[in-house]
Amino acid sequence: MSDPSIEADRDEAPLIARLRRGEDAAFEELIRAYGGRLLAVARRFLPVEEDARDAVQDAFLSAFRAIESFQGQARLSTWLHRIVVNAALMKLRSRSRKPEVLIEDLLPDFLEDGHMASPAVEWRKPADDPVERSQLRALVLDSIHRLPEAHRNVLILRDIEELDTEETAEILGTSANAVKTRLHRARQALRGLLEPQLRKGPE
Amino acid sequence: MNCREFVDFLMDYLDEVLPRRQRSTFEAHIDECPSCGTYLETYEETVRLGRQICSDPEGPVPEDVPEGLVEAILAARRATN
Repeated sequence: MSDPSIEADRDEAPLIARLRRGEDAAFEELIRAYGGRLLAVARRFLPVEEDARDAVQDAFLSAFRAIESFQGQARLSTWLHRIVVNAALMKLRSRSRKPEVLIEDLLPDFLEDGHMASPAVEWRKPADDPVERSQLRALVLDSIHRLPEAHRNVLILRDIEELDTEETAEILGTSANAVKTRLHRARQALRGLLEPQLRKGPE
Repeated sequence: MNCREFVDFLMDYLDEVLPRRQRSTFEAHIDECPSCGTYLETYEETVRLGRQICSDPEGPVPEDVPEGLVEAILAARRATN
């Protein structure tokens, strides 16, 4: 049986060759093939549409400049994904910072004896219909955007973009341990933000 | 183990990197503290909801890239060449 990833790489080779030759049509083809996906990634980091589009534009311009050095060890989609994540993070850093909530304020409170100050409550099961699922997705994304930036970025990279700890640490210029600590705190904070909306109501 | 320590160890437990002895103490705490059991479940649900954002087949499918953006990128490329 043939390996599908090798098959896909072979399919990408002619486009890569045309990009290297500087063919105008090849650049347009690349944008049309991957632009929608990259825009969806950028929007997860940058809720303002204009910022997300700027990041995608920056990402493609970087990709065009770097196509010579693209070795083909990775799939084009993986390579472009990494580039747009970097462009989105750069864009985030360049924006004026909004006052942020402290992560500590979003973590559970404990009593002196180590017990939780208020017990965790069960969540209702989401209804299995498209409208509710779409509302739930919007709620989760909105809550993620309320997290402090350093924690939000780790959560997006690890839990949504599904990069591993080392890749996340490298992109963010931090240590693997810092990524783990921030991820755990970000998940706890997100859980706390979701709880009031998702807790079971009175039967 | 108290609830604070339980929460501290939670991610390592889910990643299955908790040493065996701590793992059994952790699991014993779930049996004696329903609130922490619920905390564990809702923490896992939080992670699952995050993952679903891009894996839900009915979620926002990567749509076509907006025409204006295609033009803007091509124009920016010409300007930098």
